[in-house]
Amino acid sequence: MNRPKHTEFTFPTHIDDYPTGPQYKAGYLPETNAGWRTFRPVVDHDACVYCLRCYLLCPDGTIIKDSGQIKIDMDYCKGCGVCAHECPKDAIEMVKEQL
Amino acid sequence: MTNLVDIPKVNAKNMTEKEFFYGHKACAGCGGSVAVRLALKVLGERTYTALPAGCMSAVGFIYPQMAFNTNAIITTFPGAASMASGIAAGAKALGQKDVKTVVFAGDGGTADIGFQALSGMIDRNDDVLYICYDNEAYMNTGIQKSGLTPYGTKTTTTPAGKNIPGTVTHKKNLFEIIAAHDIAYAATASIGYPQDFLNKVNKAKHTKGATFIHVYASCPTGWGTPTETSIEIAKDAVDCGLIFLAEFEDGEYKLNRNPKEFASVKDYLKKQGRFKHMTDEDIQCVIENRDRKWARMRKQWL
Amino acid sequence: MKTNKIFISGDEAVAQGVRLSRPHVIAAYPITPQTITVERLSEMVEAGEMDGEYMHVESEHSAISATMGASAVGARTFTASSSQGLLYMAEGLHYCSGGRWPVVMMNANRSVALPWSIYGDQRDSLSLLDCGWIQVYVEDAQEALDMIIQAYKIAEHKDVLTPMMVNLDGFILTHTYELVEIPEQKMVDEFLPPFQTPNKMSFEEPKNLGFSSKPDDNTEFKYQQNEAMFKAVDVIREVDQEFAEKFGRKYHDMVEEYRCEDADVVLVALGSVCGTVRVVVDKMRAAGKKVGLLKIRYMRPFPEAEVKDLAQRVQAIGVIDKDISFGYEGTVYTNVNSAISKIDKYVFKSNFVGGLGGRDITKAEIEDMFNHLLDGIEKKSEEKVEFFSLNVETND
Repeated sequence: MNRPKHTEFTFPTHIDDYPTGPQYKAGYLPETNAGWRTFRPVVDHDACVYCLRCYLLCPDGTIIKDSGQIKIDMDYCKGCGVCAHECPKDAIEMVKEQL
Repeated sequence: MTNLVDIPKVNAKNMTEKEFFYGHKACAGCGGSVAVRLALKVLGERTYTALPAGCMSAVGFIYPQMAFNTNAIITTFPGAASMASGIAAGAKALGQKDVKTVVFAGDGGTADIGFQALSGMIDRNDDVLYICYDNEAYMNTGIQKSGLTPYGTKTTTTPAGKNIPGTVTHKKNLFEIIAAHDIAYAATASIGYPQDFLNKVNKAKHTKGATFIHVYASCPTGWGTPTETSIEIAKDAVDCGLIFLAEFEDGEYKLNRNPKEFASVKDYLKKQGRFKHMTDEDIQCVIENRDRKWARMRKQWL
Repeated sequence: MKTNKIFISGDEAVAQGVRLSRPHVIAAYPITPQTITVERLSEMVEAGEMDGEYMHVESEHSAISATMGASAVGARTFTASSSQGLLYMAEGLHYCSGGRWPVVMMNANRSVALPWSIYGDQRDSLSLLDCGWIQVYVEDAQEALDMIIQAYKIAEHKDVLTPMMVNLDGFILTHTYELVEIPEQKMVDEFLPPFQTPNKMSFEEPKNLGFSSKPDDNTEFKYQQNEAMFKAVDVIREVDQEFAEKFGRKYHDMVEEYRCEDADVVLVALGSVCGTVRVVVDKMRAAGKKVGLLKIRYMRPFPEAEVKDLAQRVQAIGVIDKDISFGYEGTVYTNVNSAISKIDKYVFKSNFVGGLGGRDITKAEIEDMFNHLLDGIEKKSEEKVEFFSLNVETND
């Protein structure tokens, strides 16, 4: 799995359900970060030249290479806007999230 | 010594698709997380990651959310380097091959509280890559001054007022202090020059023994900068000469970037809330210190 | 059984025990009176008698951090310290037990500054009783060696996974030479299986270790740690029994009673002073006085059941503390008294504080303690701690 995915978590009901000491599966994500976002990146695929600068610089690693196009994992994008700001072709626009 | 020419270059096109630092709770636009994410993509799957108390550990492991998609451990605050040394020694004693141990520690965790252990790690030449992500203050605890906080910075423990203009000391010469150990490989980098950073991590990965990278990593929360400018501001810092890109290898210093002219220090400072209060006189002090340092580097390193 | 006895110091006996336990990683920083142990271990590594990695760490804090790191990839580890060094490790001691890494440590019991003193008392380890480590106190060099081997088996047990500190009195044990039986490597290998733990990072099963917990979960992790410490009591018994069957030496689990069967009064003590108390007990017994010794071996987990059981049978209990919790009383006494308070019977109790900073505890002083207890049977318990070996008059 290239990216861990959001996974449901069953909270322990017995003491033995806890791991022995503070140790747990690497890359285990019971929560998403989508709720942090106030602006959402929207990609103009016609303008995008697939230079991958956004992929390289995303602090959260949410830009996905998808057969010649970029895709964004909206479960974990925090809407920081680095991708849009760094895009040499202005192919990403930050759009306000609607409730 | 390692010849970079022999190492296949890692870049955005060919790097692994796998994300090793994902779903973390770092602030939006966090520069430290760019450094951690990119370094882990270069280092790959067979890596043990050790992080002392600090932003990257605080945002990465909050049970049951485990954001390191690889082996990782939080260490004591002063003991990141020594715990990493122990990991490397344990892995060696157990006969594990092709393993790298990496530390990601902040500026305070490196230059202040973790320094003794780091010095010991380099002295023993343990097989550990130590990466200091420098956001120039104790950010995790709420922006307090560290040994790498630059002159003039307003932090919560160096408030700028009528009597004291924020931080009154310059950054420690961390890179040179590390190099003075005669370490096999050390470098400075900035997330504003990501390919340079990738190359340096790759070089350290292929160097046996203790290695060190000091990477400049922006912090929108602590610096008072918009989240989207995190990469830009880290590039500006290099372009105005306050941060330099260099390597130390085979006992020799190398200045990777030696611009004829620097971009404006004032423009760089005035983009950030932490420097807003600085007077022209304060800025002049910063520039003079920069020029002294560059004169010395150019004289001795070129 | 074939014997192989050599004349070595307590520190050297520890080094022999460590060698036989085959740790993968040793990380230690020198401090008197622990130094002989780390010097001998370094020589053993140099001579190829040990395969482990010896790490020359730059501090005790790094010693404990390095051993935790090695344990976190599944390596068996050893460290050793004393006094100021142990205190410098304090953060790591809590970290290690919370992380459930079964590091084994030798602590050469030494006084704590200020004033500086390199000599023995037990204020170093007793002040760290709450750091979540199993603490055992040994009486002689043979027990030191044997307990290092036992320590790995106890600490690494799947129900325990808790670090363990083997304490031996500075100089009195660390630097005194005794005839010590060195077990055969083959027998130790049969006794001590390779270290296995679920609590490690591996490439087969990558994990995140040492995480943060929210208030929702923190108490549960601490409950679990406490539960493991209680489970250690059974494991200590099993391991001691198995050790006795294999090596012919038994250490009586949590405590050792010496001539307590029909005793009226008993002195409780830890470590090397027990040897002196035994001599006094024999002398007073010969004179018809019904006195005995309770040697507490484990301070954590605490032998509550054993202390209560003894208290049911005797009239008076005195506790020798080579430590003092300033403003109250000796730490051993506080613990013993807490156990006694849980039985429905009056026992006369006294707390004798002394032996600080390396001062000898003499046979005459111990005899005085016994006589004090014998006289006290009909009295109410004393409220004040007695510093039994002051050389000067006080204001009291």
